[in-house]
Order: sequence, then C-alpha cells, then structure tokens
Amino acid sequence: MKAFTYERPGTPAEAAAAVARRPGAKFIAGGTNLLDLMKLQIETPTHLVDVNGLGLDRIEPTPEGGLRIGALVRNTDLAADARVRRDYAVLARALLAGASGQLRNQATTAGNLLQRTRCPYFYDTAQPCNKRQPGSGCSAIDGVSRTLAVIGTSDACIATHPGDMAVAMRVLDATVETVDAEGSQRTIPIADFHRLPGDTPHIETALKPGELITAVTLPKPPGGAQVYRKVRDRASYAYALVSVAVVVQPDGTGRVALGAVAHKPWRLEAAEAELPRGARAVTERLLAGAKPTHENAYKLKLAERTLGAALTQARA
Amino acid sequence: MPNFGEIELSRRDVVAGAAACAAATGVPSSARAGTGPEGPVMAKVSLTVNGERRELELDTRTSLLDAAREHLRLTGSKKGCDHGQCGACTMIVDGRRINSCLTLAVMHQDSEVVTIEGLGDPRGLHPMQAAFIKHDGYQCGYCTPGQICSGVAVLAEIKAGIPSHVSADLNARPEATPAEIRERMSGNLCRCGAYSNIVEAMTEIAGRQA
Repeated sequence: MKAFTYERPGTPAEAAAAVARRPGAKFIAGGTNLLDLMKLQIETPTHLVDVNGLGLDRIEPTPEGGLRIGALVRNTDLAADARVRRDYAVLARALLAGASGQLRNQATTAGNLLQRTRCPYFYDTAQPCNKRQPGSGCSAIDGVSRTLAVIGTSDACIATHPGDMAVAMRVLDATVETVDAEGSQRTIPIADFHRLPGDTPHIETALKPGELITAVTLPKPPGGAQVYRKVRDRASYAYALVSVAVVVQPDGTGRVALGAVAHKPWRLEAAEAELPRGARAVTERLLAGAKPTHENAYKLKLAERTLGAALTQARA
Repeated sequence: MPNFGEIELSRRDVVAGAAACAAATGVPSSARAGTGPEGPVMAKVSLTVNGERRELELDTRTSLLDAAREHLRLTGSKKGCDHGQCGACTMIVDGRRINSCLTLAVMHQDSEVVTIEGLGDPRGLHPMQAAFIKHDGYQCGYCTPGQICSGVAVLAEIKAGIPSHVSADLNARPEATPAEIRERMSGNLCRCGAYSNIVEAMTEIAGRQA
C-alpha cells in the first residue's frame, strides 16, 4: 500500500473541499472496497478524508412520504430498519443478498453505490484494463468474461456494476444528494448516477471531483409486491451472475431492473409495458441490442428465467 | 518452551516477532516522487481494546488487525486472506463484528474493540469457546478466533431482530435455526470443513440464551 496522509474534517462541505483541493485525495467511509483496492495498488490515494464522523448516519422520513437515508448508514442498519423492511422490501432483500454480515456492518449506503467492478482484469495489475489504466486496452472482451456485462458495453470495457443495493435503488427511483467544495448541493436521479463505459470506463459516476454524497432519498413507497432475486455460483456471499428487482402491482403493471448485466443497474421503463405479456416479452425488450461474449451469452436466458421466477414469486 | 540461552521464547513470541520483522521490511524506502508522502505517515490513535485503554502511534496504513497483532501483541485474531474474504480477522468493534483487515486503525479513535482474547481465556472460557470445544467446532484452529467472534455477534444480531437473506418473513423475529446460522456465518471460511460442528456449538448457545 502506498503511504497517505489522513484527516477527519468537521462538516460535509469541509470534506468535499479537502478532497477537491488535493489531487490524489479520496473519501473513506466503510473502506471495505477502497482498502482492498489500496492493498493491491489499484487505488493509490495520497490523502484520505475520513467522512465517518460527519453525522450522515440517520434515516429520516421526508415531507413527501419517503425516506432520506444518510450516506453513512451501514448496510445492516438500512436492511434492518422497520420502515425499509415494511415499505421497501426489495431494498432490504437486495442488501441482505449482498456480501457477508461483517461487510454489511461496515459498508455504507454511499460507498455501496461507489463500489468498483469485480472484473478479474481490473484486479489483475499485470493485464491491460481501460478502467484501471485508461488507454491500455480491455483484456476481458476476448478473455474470461463469464461474469461480465452483456448490454451497454463498449469496445473499451465490458465490466459490470457488481452491487445488489443499487439495483433496488434503481427500481425504487431513488435520488442521490451531494454537496461540493463550495457547499452547493444537488440531486442526481439514480438513473443518471452510474454511467455506461463508453470510451471513458474509468469515469463511473456523475460525481465531480470532490463531490460528496450526503444522502440517498427514496420517494414514497411504491406498494405492490416487491422481490429481489439473485442467482450466483454459491448460496451465500457471492456476486450475482444475474439479479432481478421487481415491484408488481395488483393490476399487473410494475417495474423491473436487472443487476450484473451492465455497467449500471439496467432498467428500461418502456420494457415494463410488456409485463402483462410475461418475462420473455419484458427481457426481449430490456435486453434488445445485447452484445454478449461467447462466455456470457447464458445471461440472456438466465435473466429471462430469473425474471420469470421473480414474477411468479411476486404474484403468489 | 524452548530455551535459547538466557532468552526464553514461547511460540507466540516467535510468531509475533516474525510478523513484526516482515512488516518492517515491507515499508517502501520511498514513495513515488511528487505524487504522495515521501515515506510512512504516522498518526496517533487511542482506543479501548478488551476493556483496556491503548494509545498508539501508527503508520496510517496500519489495519486494525495489524495494530492488534503487531503493536498490541494480540495475535489471537488471524490474518487469513487480508482481503475480507475469509473472516479469520473478525473482531467485535463498537458491538458489531467487522473484518479488522479492511479497516484502518486510525479510523477507530475511541472505538471499543473486543478480540478473541477479550471474550475469554483458558481460566474463564466464554460459553461460545466452551461450546466450540465440546462440539469439536474446529480442526486446525486457524479460523476459530474469527468464527467464535462472529458466532457471538451473530446470536446478538438474531436477538436484535436483524433479518437475513434466508429469513422467510422480513417483518418477523428471526430465530437461530441452522439455516439462519449457516447464512449469517457465510463470511467465515473454514478449510477444515468444521461447519456442521460450528452450527451445533452455536445452536447450543442460542438455546441456552432463549
């Protein structure tokens, strides 16, 4: 690990300023992903700004009837919150499907959104990777790609967003609140928060340098039956091969988002119009234009079947 | 205990000393010029470990695990993978189990840390330690400190009503069933495969608590 200086600022705006004024500075919250990447020298920050003491760890009701989740709320606390369990079950289920108990106790809401891909070539510093080293090439496209993206990919990158929580946040139409070094705040819809790789796969989110996430806000509960279904290589503590978040209303309408198929949680509102016609019709629309590799083409069928199972569960 | 002339060393001293040597040689002589600090950056942190206040001055890179093992000589917590995958380093920090290899010691100013040494000792075993012995919940023992710290915290999480992936009803009170224990312990790997005996040990303690 490279040496770094360390500070604990007093306010969110001070934290944003501390990162904005120092190239090579990074925020640290739970640290479960960042420290792992620092040990491998994939991340090499020269200065760490610890945001754990900023009081961003509360879950509060909003005037609109939703919930405002502080950036530092731990995954365990969010999944265990009585309001989340009752009104946003798809979010509680997604969180509980991810990582291990130890990691959920430490990992934060904002950090979960910002976690990096688990593409094996991103981790292998001996191989080219446009995300780790822009311009070096992509080893995955003709390499081991079984777990990687099938849609929204580019010639530069086929990595996925690996998380579960963000898929539920996408189906719930969450918004991300931030503050920058000048203290000005803005709100980013979750649909616009994660980017597709294009020719700049190292830029993963809409955040500007130094911009700090302060909260993630959920609109009022969508009701309906909410299901998060995750398919993985083992029953626990593994990344998704495909995951599905659905909210299905009694009249058959609903929302669908897929995880582990793209560089961001994958949702197309137009595809949801096909819900009355079933899983095949929805996934045909949702994954139209997919460009899988020979190793991960199975994900197209798996997505359809996982959605089918999720819809059956939701309508049971 | 071997006797090296006048110096008496236990196996534990040798192991801890070797780790300290490895750590010292692992420090880079210089960081990349102009991109960051030239050498190690030291910072002070004070925290409570197993009920005792400890003041440390550490390289900012020191994980909580390395702080315990190499600076406090608490070698019970083990370094398995050092990447949060195996759970051998599990400690209970401010009442919650975490991977101590994936957190910096300097992030724990005023934290209350409990390691396996703080749960019990040979003269006064923690009930979970006794249950692991009774049910043969280990073979080589390397993962055992993490398993036991995790096991104690898992039963507390169930008691606190925190749901898991296998809880059928998110809004019902979870129970310490074998399925719940297995799911919640999935962050602790055991290459000897003592899992079923670990479940038995935890089930006995859960039953006693109820």
